Amino acid sequence: MFSADLLANAVVAGVLLGGFYAAVAVGLAIVFGQIDIVNIAHPAFVIVGAYIAYLLNSRFGFDPVLVGLAATPVFFLFGVLLYRIYFAAFERTGQESLSGLAFFFGVMFIIEVSLIMAYGVDYRLVQAEYIGQSWHVGYIDLPLRMLVPFAVSATLAAGIYAYLTRTFMGRAIQAVAQDRVALQLMGANPVRIKQWAFGLGLATAALAGALLIVIGPVEPSLGRVYIGRAFAIVVLGGMGSIPGTFVAAVILGLVESLVSTFAGPSWAPAVAFGVLALTLAVRPAGLFGR
Amino acid sequence: MKYARLFAGALAATVLTAFSAGAALAQAKPIKIGFSMALTGGLAGAGKAALIGMEIWRDDVNKHGGLLGRPVEFVYYDDATQPANVPALYTKLIDVDKVDLVVSSYGTNEIAPAMPIVMRKKMVFPALFGLAANEQFSYDRYFQIMPAGPSPQTDFSKGFFDLAAAQKPKPATLAIVAADAEFALNAAAGARKNAQAAGLKIVYDKTYPPSTTDFSPIVRAIQATGPDLVYVASYPPDSVGMVKAAHEVGLKAKMFGGGMVGLQYAAIQKNLGPLLNGIVNYDYWVPEKTLVFPGVNEFLAKYRVAAAGKGVDPYGHYLPPFAYAYLQVVQQSVEATKSLDQAKLADYMRKTTFDTVVGKVKFGRNGEWAKSRVLMVQFRNVQKDNLEQFVEAGKRIVVYPKEYQSGDFVYPYAK
Repeated sequence: MFSADLLANAVVAGVLLGGFYAAVAVGLAIVFGQIDIVNIAHPAFVIVGAYIAYLLNSRFGFDPVLVGLAATPVFFLFGVLLYRIYFAAFERTGQESLSGLAFFFGVMFIIEVSLIMAYGVDYRLVQAEYIGQSWHVGYIDLPLRMLVPFAVSATLAAGIYAYLTRTFMGRAIQAVAQDRVALQLMGANPVRIKQWAFGLGLATAALAGALLIVIGPVEPSLGRVYIGRAFAIVVLGGMGSIPGTFVAAVILGLVESLVSTFAGPSWAPAVAFGVLALTLAVRPAGLFGR
Repeated sequence: MKYARLFAGALAATVLTAFSAGAALAQAKPIKIGFSMALTGGLAGAGKAALIGMEIWRDDVNKHGGLLGRPVEFVYYDDATQPANVPALYTKLIDVDKVDLVVSSYGTNEIAPAMPIVMRKKMVFPALFGLAANEQFSYDRYFQIMPAGPSPQTDFSKGFFDLAAAQKPKPATLAIVAADAEFALNAAAGARKNAQAAGLKIVYDKTYPPSTTDFSPIVRAIQATGPDLVYVASYPPDSVGMVKAAHEVGLKAKMFGGGMVGLQYAAIQKNLGPLLNGIVNYDYWVPEKTLVFPGVNEFLAKYRVAAAGKGVDPYGHYLPPFAYAYLQVVQQSVEATKSLDQAKLADYMRKTTFDTVVGKVKFGRNGEWAKSRVLMVQFRNVQKDNLEQFVEAGKRIVVYPKEYQSGDFVYPYAK
């Protein structure tokens, strides 16, 4: 059953799948990894992004990925607003750890139920020229349904990495992550920086949602499937490192694909999370953690 | 002028008669039919579609004078697709609302928890799409409308393997892939038994977790074992992923499909389009000429109007006709026995062959259909991005069983 082309295709499929996982996790890397907010509702926002892509695609035939891109500013603004609420209700009074988690749990359920009320529980899909097409390089298949999300996700991760390392605001976000008090002593306002970071993290969900619905059908509670994976990737990547998050996502995708191909798909999640546990045993701060 | 007066008189008389008939119906104490239904939660899409079908039946009956001269009224509650809610709801229906008759919610998981309550009251229990739900109870007043037959586990995939066995040269190898969940595992177990009986060699037999995002590694692993047949037991999102992956990988099996849930729904059919061509899959009713039973087209026309804009399947071929039919069973039994006596109704249901919109229904062991009518349909000439094409015959050809066959079976699949 083992053959070179099976192996090569499994590796390629794993890398492409991992690239998509990175799109879901990269926003969490900022929000959870850098500014310590356990936004368990992040995957639910990804589903909202998918529904927006579905609505504009089915009604006007717009490309889902472009819709996702166009929706990012809206998600950004909503993220800023959501952070203000979260700050006023929990962070200001120092109750963010447990009550904050409950808050985002609540947000997740509100999103799911609203989507069910508005659109029902049916699976939604999109149409685009590239869905269903494949490129073939030698004996390797590159389905565009997976390749497009990979490429968009890699660009997204690279863009966010550049933003965080090259711009003033980006460096300010990293500074908040490192030492909030020191930043306050310099006269900067950490709340303003954190709301910006939260908005940025949420904006990526719009795009990730569009990629998700390109890959397959979406229903309101599908986000739950990705909660575990996304948080695991952020932890494995080193709590906030963008390159680390991307590499961790690819590792998870690769392990899932290889195990699916050669051992049986039932084992894939167990082995993938086993790898996570082992890595953390050896490197407790994650792959790219400091 | 004379004609005008005559016309006005006739009109007045008609209105008066209609009114007095309506008034008489309204005065009689209504017959209450109670049930719970999944109107929110995981099965709400199907539950809402079923309810639309049931309401069409109620309106049809009331328009023709009701049952035993009394209007029919529904008393129902949302069970939120939570089996734990069901016993309390049926207790309330029977003890507080004092319904005259009960029928089931949609699906095995919602039917089973109602059974002990209904059994204690010795009420007749017509059920909607339960898979072997009466196996443990053996309740003799349970009557289930899904045509899975007396031994559902193997009957469910029998058509797939009977078709395969009839091909020349006879296929020799089989791959089975199933979701790690109740229904799919049952279907896979049945497929395994049928495969053994047919002397097929199983070269791949694996399950996948419900959280799977990308199916191409699975399809590629199947392809590497080179099976003649691929039997898939999957849920809607996986079915879509599996069909797309099979196309992308270029699966070379001779038959592909079997137990894929989701390929019966219009939205998914539209999205997959030509990728469906050649796939052989189970179904219970499709708009082929061999399955046009009296009343079914009229029912579906009403359904299409009622379903518009409700976020449910726009054509409702899969479940709604059966939701109408299980109430027809109730209707015909009440009318024939002229009674609401549960024992008399049960007796009548046990011995009668009913004429319904889904065809002739005769119940056998455990209240299942006496003979299985699980269809195997093959997708054919499906066009891209076209929802309307599925309303008409010609896209899902019935290839099994013989008595309902509406076209030739195209083999192999990847031709």
